[in-house]
Amino acid sequence: MIERLRKLLGTDTLLPYWLLLPTLAFIGVFFLMPLFRAIGLAFYGDSGFTLDYFKQMISDVRFIDALKFTFLFAITIVPLQVITALAMALLLNTGVRGSRFFLYLFAIPLGISDLAAGLIWLSIFTHRGFLNSILYALGVIEKPIHYLSYQNVGFTFLSVVAAEHWRATAIVMVILVAGLQMISKDYLEAAEVLGARGWKKIWYVILPLLKPSLQSALIIRTIFALQTFAVVLALAGQITPVLAGEAYFWQFLYRNSHVASAYAVLLMAISIAMTWVYLRYLRPRREAIRG
Amino acid sequence: MSYRYLLRKTLIYMAILALALWVLIPIFLIGISAFTPRQELYLWPKTIIPSHFSLETMRFFLGAHGVVRSLLNSVQVALLTLVFTLAVGAPAGYAVARFFFRGREAFRLGILITRMFPTALLAVPLATTFIRWGLYDTLVGVALVHTAMALPFAVIITTGIFMGVPKDLEEAAMTLGCSRLRAFVQVALPLALPGLAAAAMFTFVISWNEVFAAAILTVRNRTLPAHIITTIQASPLDFRFAGGFFMILPALLFMFLIRRYLFHMWGGATAER
Repeated sequence: MIERLRKLLGTDTLLPYWLLLPTLAFIGVFFLMPLFRAIGLAFYGDSGFTLDYFKQMISDVRFIDALKFTFLFAITIVPLQVITALAMALLLNTGVRGSRFFLYLFAIPLGISDLAAGLIWLSIFTHRGFLNSILYALGVIEKPIHYLSYQNVGFTFLSVVAAEHWRATAIVMVILVAGLQMISKDYLEAAEVLGARGWKKIWYVILPLLKPSLQSALIIRTIFALQTFAVVLALAGQITPVLAGEAYFWQFLYRNSHVASAYAVLLMAISIAMTWVYLRYLRPRREAIRG
Repeated sequence: MSYRYLLRKTLIYMAILALALWVLIPIFLIGISAFTPRQELYLWPKTIIPSHFSLETMRFFLGAHGVVRSLLNSVQVALLTLVFTLAVGAPAGYAVARFFFRGREAFRLGILITRMFPTALLAVPLATTFIRWGLYDTLVGVALVHTAMALPFAVIITTGIFMGVPKDLEEAAMTLGCSRLRAFVQVALPLALPGLAAAAMFTFVISWNEVFAAAILTVRNRTLPAHIITTIQASPLDFRFAGGFFMILPALLFMFLIRRYLFHMWGGATAER
C-alpha cells in the first residue's frame, strides 16, 4: 500500500510539490480568480469595456469624503500605533518583574474584532456613554454632549481613531517584541561597554537594529488601516465614510457588484502603491512584508 | 545611584500600569454595559456603576430574533474554516519547513502577497461566483472565503511549528525502518500537536471575528458579526453592547489559551530564516 502510494506520488523530489498543491489550488480559486473577476466587473459591462462604473463611483456624493477619511485614518492611526507599541515593547524590554504577565496583557486586544472594538468604544462615546457620565460626575458638563454626530465630525473621526488605536496596537507590539528578542545580546553589551546607556542605547543601537520589524509593522498596519470598515460603521455610521464601507454598501444595499468592484480594485491599487512607497523609500528586506 | 535607580523603576512601572489600564478599562466597561439593567443605559445622569447587575440585557440580546441562529452559524463556520485551513495549509507549511526545492522562495513570497489583498476584492466578486456555484448564502461558502483569508497565516505559522520539530528525529525513525509517512505521524506530529492546536484556535478566532465577507455572502444564514452589522442601524444600544461583549468572549478565551504561542507565531512571521 505504502509502496503503491510512493510510486503514485513519485520520489522525494516531487513530494514537496504535492504538499503545496492544495494551497496553490486554493490561492488560484480564491485569490487569483476573484482578482481577475473584480477587474472584469469593474471595467466590463453589458456592452464591453467601459469606464462607466468608475465614473459612477467618482461622481458619488460620498466618494471624495470616503477617499479623504480612508487616508486620514491611515496616516493618523499607523504612527500612533507604532509609537505606542514601541513604548510597550521597550518598557517590557527593561526586564522589570512581571514583564511577561504584562506582555500577555498588552496582547489581549489581538483577539478582538474591529466590529467588537467599535461597539466597545461606542459604550464610551455614545450620548449616554461613559465619557459623558464621567465628565458629569466631575462637574465638567451639565448636559450630555453628542460626540458622534454630523455636528461633531472631528470628534467622530477621533473616536474611530481611538478605537482602532486601542484594538490594533497589540499586533504591532507583538511584531516589535519578536524583533527585539532577535537582537543579539552582544550588540547591547558592546554598546554598554562603549558607554551607551538609556536613551542613547535605544536611539543609536536598538532602533536601527529594529528597523526591519518596524518596516514590516508599518506595511501590515497601513494595508489594514486602509481597509478600516466595521469600526467606522459601529461608531460613526455614515458620518465618516470610508472606501471599504462604500464597497460594502454598493454590494450589500444597492446590489451593484460593478461599482462595488470598482471600489475594491481602487483599494487594491492604493494598497499596492503604498507598499511600493514603503519598499522604495524605506528599503526593507523582502522578508519585511511577511505577516 | 540607588535613588536614580528607584526613580527609574517607579517611572517604568507607572508607564506600564497606565498602558495596562488603557487596555483593560474598555473591556471592563463593555462588561458593565452588558450587565446594566436596560432602562439605566438610557438614563441621564447615568451612574458609571449600575444600581444592580442584571442579566436582562444579555437575555434580551440572546432572545432577539436571529441571534441564537447566527451564533450557531458562527460556530459552524469557524469550525469548518479551522478544518479546511489546517487540511490545506499544514502540508504546505510542512513542505516549506522540511524541503529545499525549486520555487520555495517564490512560493513564500506569493503567500506574503496574498496578505495584501483587500477583503472586498475577494468577497465582492465571489458573491457573484457563489450564486452560480450554489454556494451563496451557505455556511460552507463563508467558511471557504474565511479559509482563503486564514490560509497565509496558517502556512506561515505551521512552517514555524514544523521547523521547531527537529528533523533529526524523523530521519532517525526512517533509518530505523519507518516509512516517511509513519515517521511523520508517529514522531513529528505528536511533537507538533500543541503548536497545531494553537494555530487551529487562531484560525477559529480569525473566522469568528470576520465580518465583511460574511455579511456580503449571506442573506439568511448570517454569522453573528454579520447579523450584528447588518442590523446595527436599527438595533437599540443595549443590543449592540451585549453583542459586542458576546463577540469578544470566546476570542479572549482562545487568546488566553494560546498566549505562549502568540509570540512564537508572530516572531516566526517576521523572523528571517
